[in-house]
Amino acid sequence: MFGFTSKQLSGVAIFLFAIFIGVPLLIGLTGRWDFYFTLTSVALLAIASAGVWLTFYIGRINIGQGAFALIGAYVSAILVVKVGWSFWISLPAAGLFAALVAVLIGLPILRLRGVYFAMITLVLTQVVTLTALALPITNGAKGISNIPLPSGVSIFGIPLLPDFAGMENTKLAFYYTACILMIITYATLYRLVNSRLGHLCRSMQQNEELASSIGVNISYIRIVIFAISSFFGGIGGAMFGSIAQSVYPSSFQVADSVNFMLNCFLGGLGFVFGPMLGTLVLYFGWDLLFEFGKYQMLIYSTVLILIIRFLPNGLLSIRFGKGGDK
Amino acid sequence: MEQILANGVYLGSQYAMIALGLTLIFALMNVLNFAHGQMYVIGGFVTYTFYGQWGVPFILALVMSCVTLAILGALIERFLFAPVIKGSAREESTMLLAAGIAFFLDAVILLFFGEKQRGVPKIVDGVFNYDFRLIMPYDRILICVLAILSIVAFIGLMQYTKTGRALRALAQDRTAAQLMGVNVDRYSMIGFALGAMLAGLVGGLLVTITGVNLGMGGPTSIKAFMMVMIGGAGVISGAIWGGIILGFMEAIGLALLYQYGDITYLLIFVSLMIFLAIRPQGLMGKPWG
Repeated sequence: MFGFTSKQLSGVAIFLFAIFIGVPLLIGLTGRWDFYFTLTSVALLAIASAGVWLTFYIGRINIGQGAFALIGAYVSAILVVKVGWSFWISLPAAGLFAALVAVLIGLPILRLRGVYFAMITLVLTQVVTLTALALPITNGAKGISNIPLPSGVSIFGIPLLPDFAGMENTKLAFYYTACILMIITYATLYRLVNSRLGHLCRSMQQNEELASSIGVNISYIRIVIFAISSFFGGIGGAMFGSIAQSVYPSSFQVADSVNFMLNCFLGGLGFVFGPMLGTLVLYFGWDLLFEFGKYQMLIYSTVLILIIRFLPNGLLSIRFGKGGDK
Repeated sequence: MEQILANGVYLGSQYAMIALGLTLIFALMNVLNFAHGQMYVIGGFVTYTFYGQWGVPFILALVMSCVTLAILGALIERFLFAPVIKGSAREESTMLLAAGIAFFLDAVILLFFGEKQRGVPKIVDGVFNYDFRLIMPYDRILICVLAILSIVAFIGLMQYTKTGRALRALAQDRTAAQLMGVNVDRYSMIGFALGAMLAGLVGGLLVTITGVNLGMGGPTSIKAFMMVMIGGAGVISGAIWGGIILGFMEAIGLALLYQYGDITYLLIFVSLMIFLAIRPQGLMGKPWG
């Protein structure tokens, strides 16, 4: 089915087993409950990074994912706190709103290429932060705090999703939610890359004029891809806001946008699961280095520089040899 | 009105110098130098240490800033950027490296100089006052003149010396320059060092007025990106125009909209996006840089 080899299937099975059973078991044994929060963050950041990776796939360097994550976080927070929606409805709404913004902004800026697109998306992150500071509905610098935990969902009295506020272990619940979202995201991404649309994207990555000349509707495809990418960013941001129970204009900044991009680079741009690995290594590494106190940043950046110096094509390129392509 | 214009010239000359360094590095190596703001901050701290702490004459401290940053830039190019550009399948990998270097320099600044805001004693006292319509402290005028002189010197260097000719050839077409016998590796290094040196020079100049602190690096880089986008990436005249335009926009915006705070920057960003939608390559840039 779908042309999967048994090796791929067993790999996926091992991965699922590891994150749903292995990790909780290990954390239960070692008692490091704080790792739940770290791993949940990794899963959510990996969702946003997946979006960045997708824009890389059409040959655009996107340093604006922080903007869409912030938009998603605010939309969800406003819908839950001020309108009184359930979090589970506000989550897709946040994604869709981010996608809508992406379409509107994408229409002009997707005409830019290369370093111009990179710079304008970087500026975009700053614009959204400033907008959040200026608009009355976002509460300015005070942000929106005390966002209630996601409530339960039931259809005809059958509970589909439990009420997070009534649980004694919300960390585990958030961990599972984030992992499920991450798996859906990456499954979508994998499917997308191996579809007709994926082929068209690869043709655009190589040469847009050429792709256009053989009848690929490039302006349509790049808008669609940018919207999907921002949808992922919105979802990741909304979930993050719900876990932190607060959103501030500084929740996602330029540095976060750069980090999303770094996750993709580090994992390797030629591999669908690259951003996931990149996020894990970068975020987990940063967390582990916390013990070094004021040398944390120094060690982290040195390792980062060394990795890119000796593995310029990403971590996953070790397995496939130098210059390994998809 | 005179005041706004004077502020615009003052801001614009500083900004143009920052943008010049960034655009030079971009033109030569196709590298978007995220660490440019951090280099600027280091330049400021070097001048602070020599002039503010040790009492070395200001001009000498400024020279030390330039030398430090030029060496730093040359080392970064030689041992980090050049090998990565050669070994990487996609040239965007240099962005990761640049971001890593930005983090690294931030960490180094934090360890050596701490988080505090640092200032130095005024280089000249007194305020220029023209009928209360134009008020400008003398040190600002001096810094402004020094900045303009540096820009003129830089343009002179690029236009009339052998090094400048080689750098321009390199920016135009790398392969062709190599075929004409330009030592590409050597001039890439010189160019990068020159770009870093400009960042250090502005840092050293501005420390006398705004002081310097760790957090200035990132926002400075973003401003430099904006100027480069306005003028067109990789074009010297574009960077100067970009700096002047941004300087004037900021001076006018801050004068007219000061009660709304950050709204000036929001307006600048939005108008930049609209401008780029109409003219994606900036004022002077070649299409698709």
